Amino acid sequence: MASTAPGILPRRGGKTRRRIWPRPELAGLLLLCIVCLAGEPGRAFDLPPLTGRVVDQAGVIPAGSRDAIETKLKDLEDKSGIQLVVATVKSLQGGDVETFANDLFRRWKLGEAKKNNGVLLLVAPTEHKVRIEVGYGLEGTLTDALSSVIIASAMVPRFKANDFPGGIERGVDGIISVLTTDAAEWHAKARVRAEDQQSLFDVLFPILMVLVIIFIFRHMVSSAGGTSGTLVRRGGRTIFIPYGGAPWGGGSSGWGGGSWGGSDGGFSGGFSGGGGSSGGGGASGSW
Amino acid sequence: MTARVSRLPAIIAAICIASLLSGCGYNTIPTLEEQAKARWSDVQNQYQRRADLIPNLVATVQGYAKQEKDVLTAVIEARAKATQIKVDASQLTDPEKVKQFQDAQNQLTGALGRLLAVSENYPDLKSNANFLALQSQLEGTENRISVARRDYIEAVRTFNTEIKTFPGLLWARAVFASKPMAEFAASETAQTPPQVKF
Repeated sequence: MASTAPGILPRRGGKTRRRIWPRPELAGLLLLCIVCLAGEPGRAFDLPPLTGRVVDQAGVIPAGSRDAIETKLKDLEDKSGIQLVVATVKSLQGGDVETFANDLFRRWKLGEAKKNNGVLLLVAPTEHKVRIEVGYGLEGTLTDALSSVIIASAMVPRFKANDFPGGIERGVDGIISVLTTDAAEWHAKARVRAEDQQSLFDVLFPILMVLVIIFIFRHMVSSAGGTSGTLVRRGGRTIFIPYGGAPWGGGSSGWGGGSWGGSDGGFSGGFSGGGGSSGGGGASGSW
Repeated sequence: MTARVSRLPAIIAAICIASLLSGCGYNTIPTLEEQAKARWSDVQNQYQRRADLIPNLVATVQGYAKQEKDVLTAVIEARAKATQIKVDASQLTDPEKVKQFQDAQNQLTGALGRLLAVSENYPDLKSNANFLALQSQLEGTENRISVARRDYIEAVRTFNTEIKTFPGLLWARAVFASKPMAEFAASETAQTPPQVKF
């Protein structure tokens, strides 16, 4: 076991202990390679940024109805915490509407991370496709069948007549009315808030641990008089333990990076996703 | 004095080794493995969800299209076969087992496709509200299946890459004896419903 753990190299006798890693540059390069390999999987789509509650890339919603829709969406989030976002895109870039909507939903991380209570209404006027993509947490309320009914009855007839703002507005009304008739939602919200506070301790605890370890090390080093590590003498063997190990610190910096979420969502317009995800719930339609 | 001093460094060394181990990727392999297994159970759940929808669908179609006996029995049989094959998370390293599962599910996908194609011929059925709801649920479930499959494939790819590349390779060989997990063969041809000729 110890033989496979790089960084702790047992040395026989009093041999040199100049370097823990033969070449720090090489280690850095290797680390970089690994980071590249494990990086974001190559998504095929070029997705628009989340600039607000209505992202009208296709330019089919005039300013007046845009404001009206945004007010409704903000109202919904204030009341229930549900993040509903309307997006229109110029093109689905050759993909099907389901895959595109799912990718967009996950990129924007709609809804709260713990509740996954986001909904995305995606309209692709060029391809004549529409989709309601529902986050995991709302699949039981806004079911596939209900999403399908909203699309077929409220949206598609108006899209056929080229009335995009009207169709989208009706669709938003339909989604909101389905979502706000469920009373259990409100109680669940209060409970999640309480859980959030507890998790602050979980975040602080490891940091505290690290601080304590560093403190002990500092103390030991100052009493031993060493400069780059600690020598532990044990039965004729000297073990070198690095304490500031630069190559190894890199691993822990990646830890927890993803969970902070919404980093691509940005703060433009003061609006960003909350870290929610979707597993492909909802329905699609075409006209 | 010496006995007391030498114990403290030993404890600290142990703490240090533990933190170094997590720093060098000791935790990565078990974490990724658990993630891939969780994605697999998503896949199975979604297939199960589809299987649960079928009895209702068959009953509804039967009410309007009794004469399509062959297609209906094919669906029922394929469903029975598909629900029999379960792949436990520990069997994911066995490609043969995963292939069996996939073949059975693909068979059911094909049978369902034929059923939906046949039901196009019955206008009363097509306008039945119950049938429409079931159809949208089935579509939604097929979409969830494809999302769950994509997530599983991605998780397995990450896991397999980890145990085949540098620091993970050492851990996989020396400590965990991890084997690569089976990926889904991309058999998109079996996914698309077959063409119906008249």
